[in-house]
Amino acid sequence: MKQLMKGNHALAEAAIRAGCRFFAGYPITPQSEILEYFSWRMPEAGGSFAQTSSEIEGINQVLGAAAAGQRAITSSSGPGFTLKQEGISYMQSLEVPAVIVDVMRYGIGLGDIFYGQGDYFQATKGGGHGGYLLPVYAPSSVQENADLVALAFDTAEKYRSPVIVLSDAAIGQMCGSVELPEMKEFDIDRFEWALKGRDRHYPQGRTLTDRMYYDFGYDEYDKHERDRYDAMKENEQLWEEVQAEDAEVILVSYGISSRICKEAVKAARAEGLRLGLIRAITVWPFPTKAFQKYNGKASAYMTVEMSQMGQMAEDAFIAAHCQTPVYSMPTGRDVADSEDIIANVKDILAGRKEAF
Amino acid sequence: MAMTKKIPDTIKGANTFCPGCGHGVVVRLIAEALEELGHADDAICAVAVGCSCLVNVALGIDKIGCPHGRASACAAGIKRVRPGNLVFSYQGDGDSLSIGLAETVYSAQRNEKFTQIIVNNGVFGMTGGQASPCTLIGQKTTTTVDGRSVNMSGVPLDIMKMFGQIESVAYLARGSVHDAQNILNTKRYIKKAFEAQMAGAGFSCVEILSPCPTNWHMEPVDSMERIAGVVSAYYPIGEIVTGGGLNA
Ligand SMILES: Cc1ncc(C[n+]2csc(CCOP(=O)(O)OP(=O)(O)O)c2C)c(N)n1
Ligand code: SF4
Repeated sequence: MKQLMKGNHALAEAAIRAGCRFFAGYPITPQSEILEYFSWRMPEAGGSFAQTSSEIEGINQVLGAAAAGQRAITSSSGPGFTLKQEGISYMQSLEVPAVIVDVMRYGIGLGDIFYGQGDYFQATKGGGHGGYLLPVYAPSSVQENADLVALAFDTAEKYRSPVIVLSDAAIGQMCGSVELPEMKEFDIDRFEWALKGRDRHYPQGRTLTDRMYYDFGYDEYDKHERDRYDAMKENEQLWEEVQAEDAEVILVSYGISSRICKEAVKAARAEGLRLGLIRAITVWPFPTKAFQKYNGKASAYMTVEMSQMGQMAEDAFIAAHCQTPVYSMPTGRDVADSEDIIANVKDILAGRKEAF
Repeated sequence: MAMTKKIPDTIKGANTFCPGCGHGVVVRLIAEALEELGHADDAICAVAVGCSCLVNVALGIDKIGCPHGRASACAAGIKRVRPGNLVFSYQGDGDSLSIGLAETVYSAQRNEKFTQIIVNNGVFGMTGGQASPCTLIGQKTTTTVDGRSVNMSGVPLDIMKMFGQIESVAYLARGSVHDAQNILNTKRYIKKAFEAQMAGAGFSCVEILSPCPTNWHMEPVDSMERIAGVVSAYYPIGEIVTGGGLNA
């Protein structure tokens, strides 16, 4: 049954239905509705909710709860997402699955509560220390806010990895029709590795710490990490294509910006301009497999994203393998405009736009 | 009557703390308390960063290695999803009272129902003996080379006084490991804290005065005497809150 919901609420409700029974977080616009929704809904569903003293305390409560086997989530935006990075790095070193939501807002420092997509680097390049990676889903609709948060839990547990849902203020605040997932419940004891008290599997107790210390030989650990990330890159790429097959220029985008790109493709096609779109659903792993189909075939890619300078443009450049030139259209604090996109594409075709 | 030496089966073997370190005694007391209360099999420890990390090789129960300062937040998260387990954090004074003070105070303030164990040796042991919030006035460390001064660093932090203002806490005590009587008392405090937790009464904490001979640059015996003298004079030993929290 479809219902009308705000993006942030749909995300929170879908997490509950995906069996998540723990939330800890701190208020920040444009994410606060997630916290508010969980504050009553989590206890109603038999879970635990904590409004912590900071995002740092929140992510670390989630680390504890997830390490104990519970499906656990935290959410934030901008400055608060920064404070979570230490915890995310630890989650990856302990290999604890959990979901972290960043409802992106605009700007560096305090920035502004308006929508933006400036956290792309921080989310996709391992925003904390040490050089880890983790799956990052980028919803572009209320429906995807629900679908991808549920998928995020499955992926997190599949790889024992934290997973980010990179939403934004526009998707979080918009109302849309959504089909919510079925309600699931999980046995908190389902993982052998999770903290529960010593048992026959671990007669001396579990030592769930940086896995480099006790679980791998000196020469094994780096390879183990590489293998994990390689498996994610191989298996988890998700993207949507819109009329890319015969496109002369292919737009590359995600989240709120990709919605406008879809309009632009339609409008351009109506004018006889063969425009297409690759919309990344996972921004990490970046959908390089989509590019492999069009490298050398399309005459240009153009990335469209809300940041001060191109961020996703760098990933597109790498994925294009110097076989197709990449152009960047960063739109800063404004959502892209369909006419502007088409004007930029015409500039590319006329040789008037500089390549990235 | 023949004497038998009984070692709890949660003690994994010889620990790796420095000779004369108080951490080893505290770990042993925790192991005995868990065994005597019948909680060795359901205990979960949130291990801090610092010499506390060495608990990983000393204590045979379920443990998680937490970010520096965040062990009490992790413990709270664990306890919230596994209320039937006995959950405690094991932290140094630097971890719990410097970088992790917010997590410490808010765990108590929010009445998180786990037990916090703070091993207070007045220095950052693991990183080589820098000053901690609990370094005494006049004490020389690698970052207070002329001795800690009130002018530069204020007075040493007393977490029991801070906690004491929070009416909902269930159990608070400050113990010490500098002599046999205090070791026995400290074990009693740990047991009472664990019992308060398992009764669902609320937040409990035992702070334990402990020697760091290595970074105090003292012989183990002299270190014990220092606690008996100036350290316990500043940090009075004893129970601060009993029967508090939701039982009150
Ligand atoms: C974020 C962060 N900052 C600094 C450190 C370095 N560090 C490791 S242990 C420690 C202090 C430990 O002192 P304390 O908590 O008093 O425990 P002790 O070693 O004395 O038992 C510090 C500063 C770290 N690991 N992480
Ligand atoms: S450095 Fe100090 S606290 Fe650490 S193990 Fe040695 S004596 Fe104990």
